[in-house]
Amino acid sequence: MRIKHHLIWILAAAVTSTSFYACKPKGAGGALSGDAAQKVYVAPGEYDEFYTFTSGGFSGQMTVYGLPSGRLLKQIPVFSVNAENAWGFSEETKAMLNTSHGFVPWDDLHHIESSFTDGMPDGRWMFANSNNTPRLARIDLTTFTTAEIIEIPNTGGNHCSPFTTENSEYVIAATRFSVPPDGPESDVPIDSYKENFKGHISFVSIDKESGEFDIAFQLKTPGLNFDLSSAGKGISNGWLFISCYNSEQAHTLLEVNASQNDKDFIMAINWKKAEEYFKAGRGKKQTNVRYAHNKFDKDTHTASSEIKTEVTVLDVAEFEDLAYLIPCPKSPHGADVSPTGEFIVGSGKLAALIPVFSFEKLQNAIANSDFEGERYGGIPVIKYESALHGEVQKPGLGPLHTEFDEKGNAYTSFFVSSEVVKWDLKSLEVLDRQPTYYSVGHLMVAGGNAKTPYGKYLVAYNKITKDRFLPTGPELAHSAQLFDISGDKMELLLDFPTLGEPHYAQAIPADLIKDKSVKIYDINANKHPHKTNGEAEARVVREGNIVRVYMTAIRSHLTPDVIEGIQLGDEVYFHVTNLEQDWDMPHGFAIKGANNSELLVMPGETLTLKWVPDRVGIFPYYCTDFCSALHQEMSGYVRVSPKGSNVPITYYTGEQK
Amino acid sequence: MTEVTKPQRIKSLHRAILTISGVALLAVILLPIWRIELIAPQYPEGLEMFIYSYKLGGQVEIINGLNHYIGMKVLKAEDFIEFQVLPYIIAVYGLFFVIVGIVGRRKLVYVLLGAFILFGIVAMVDFYIWLYNYGHNLDPTAPIIVPGMAYQPPLIGYKQLLNFLAFSIPDLGGWIFIGCGILLTYCAVAEWRIAKKQTR
Repeated sequence: MRIKHHLIWILAAAVTSTSFYACKPKGAGGALSGDAAQKVYVAPGEYDEFYTFTSGGFSGQMTVYGLPSGRLLKQIPVFSVNAENAWGFSEETKAMLNTSHGFVPWDDLHHIESSFTDGMPDGRWMFANSNNTPRLARIDLTTFTTAEIIEIPNTGGNHCSPFTTENSEYVIAATRFSVPPDGPESDVPIDSYKENFKGHISFVSIDKESGEFDIAFQLKTPGLNFDLSSAGKGISNGWLFISCYNSEQAHTLLEVNASQNDKDFIMAINWKKAEEYFKAGRGKKQTNVRYAHNKFDKDTHTASSEIKTEVTVLDVAEFEDLAYLIPCPKSPHGADVSPTGEFIVGSGKLAALIPVFSFEKLQNAIANSDFEGERYGGIPVIKYESALHGEVQKPGLGPLHTEFDEKGNAYTSFFVSSEVVKWDLKSLEVLDRQPTYYSVGHLMVAGGNAKTPYGKYLVAYNKITKDRFLPTGPELAHSAQLFDISGDKMELLLDFPTLGEPHYAQAIPADLIKDKSVKIYDINANKHPHKTNGEAEARVVREGNIVRVYMTAIRSHLTPDVIEGIQLGDEVYFHVTNLEQDWDMPHGFAIKGANNSELLVMPGETLTLKWVPDRVGIFPYYCTDFCSALHQEMSGYVRVSPKGSNVPITYYTGEQK
Repeated sequence: MTEVTKPQRIKSLHRAILTISGVALLAVILLPIWRIELIAPQYPEGLEMFIYSYKLGGQVEIINGLNHYIGMKVLKAEDFIEFQVLPYIIAVYGLFFVIVGIVGRRKLVYVLLGAFILFGIVAMVDFYIWLYNYGHNLDPTAPIIVPGMAYQPPLIGYKQLLNFLAFSIPDLGGWIFIGCGILLTYCAVAEWRIAKKQTR
């Protein structure tokens, strides 16, 4: 009896202590349904349903994945040099990375947007922005290469870009770091932010045929940080909505000082009106700017760079009906327009609700001058309630970005609470929530920014990876997560690693692109000034201390493959023309001691590697892309002699000439 | 030492329990007494903070880094007088246990129980005030301010604080403390029964 008594005491103590642990909730596991594997399986030899163009963030490049498989299809070099295919290293491509600051070999590619026709992706181009040295790029979707890059003047970091209007009339570029306008007067104290720092929103026009960029005009605004934007579509076509943070106009410790106001703004811009004023000559020409405009010529396979010195600026405060500010809680990131153009969803990254604004109410508020008593930097501020359709209550923590499906649902990413939340656009009710692993930034619904979204898939681009893949040291690939959104509940299908840091992506049905994809460059259309027309014309030409090697590549030899007569102090240019006219038959070229990169020459293309020999001797060169059974034999030698040597220029392949 | 009459002396089993408990209490000075775990989707492995008698341990730096978003004060051991006096208080109680175990006087057992319960209550009230202050005294200029939201971790058990699930529970030192309290209570009750029988 006594012993029993003691045992009960001990048992009670043990039970109380363990029960604290027993009720501990289960960690984030994420159960998968049985058919997830089937839904992402693309059988060998079969194609994915979507191309997904994904920004590379700090890699400076754009990557292309297939959906639903998550397979990496290609990395397209844009703002960063790429030694793999000589982007920024070959003489032909160096000019693409030229800026008013000179050659800039790296940038931070933030967002991607399709070219649109009538609010739908047309599969012609992808646009990309760089956040560090502000630039805008156009990628040609027939070749998957960067066709054009333009620098943006008067701009700090081009973050709020490259969002386009309903028919890609304009691509937007707007500054995340307001700065004083370019020119000698920009040497001001940094604490004079409020008076001297300005925001600039650039409207870069797109030529309907060629796609060529031109900075049509810029809108000058009070100093603000522009984050993201969406153009109106359907009923709101002609308008542009930009999220603005740092309405406090802080210039230091923004983490705290730019997080004080309960509401920042979404700026609504009547861009059709701005265009009218611009065309009527109401803008001011600013001629103390310098910005590079770089174009890649398809015929010469060569880029050119031009420095421009003029831009037209319209100051929004000087016009009554150009821009309006809608208060939006708190430091908004996304400003996303619903497919019909009726609603604008603001995502305050420090807010605990999602405000949804109505375009119709906004128009009424403007018509009735339903403004706050005080303007902000000369811009009317619309009363919050007057533009509000409603608020999504308790959606999650830290809403960042919203996209839409074809059924009237919205999907918002939540960084802080690490989840994707599905809600109804009309009723503003939360319908479903799924955790992401971990801390999602942007999300992307296939066609989620178009007039008629494709729906079906959602990809969450997570900022933190941790334990999702095999560990690879301190640096981990950012993880993307694919969800099936065809049903009532979102269903996690797949994790896949990405390159760089994807901030945004565009999924385009494969059929819109795949049949237009170029297989080879027509060698007869190659207008490169240093093209070699067949092996008979392969030669080595000395022009003073410049030596030009007109070289051809075809399976399985380089012509010439013996070169003598090069001297120390010479600058040697290898102009390599790939004579192949067969799909997937690039040849590479690399030479010992080159201080730049290899070349990767596509069939029918000519590319140039500059080489400055630093010592006498024999230097092998070879084809780097395994092209044929005799690829290993595809090599040659250069002989370098001292300066002033009497070794004559000689060259041959096969028999000695 | 004064001569103790036999009826006032306690059972040798109880003396042994109290002496061992006293030694165990002295060990508590070096052991983590309480732990607070924070679990969030992006911290699936959890963040842990250990409260010792003389310091804070665990991932205090990371927790401070996260707390600054909501304007919580930086957790620093120097800010707490408790960490300077607690080791001595525990040492005094530990020695008190041992002395009672050696002396073996029944009345001392009751005094020790009273003092120990008092200490337990004072310690928990102090801990609660500590948690309350950290959870409520927030910097009004913090980046994230959720109206009406406070971030006071629970005294014991679970509580959801924004995206973090906070879990507060005694650690090894705390369990020893509780164990000592239970054993002391057991001894006192058992002795009280013996005393009651003796008076009959």
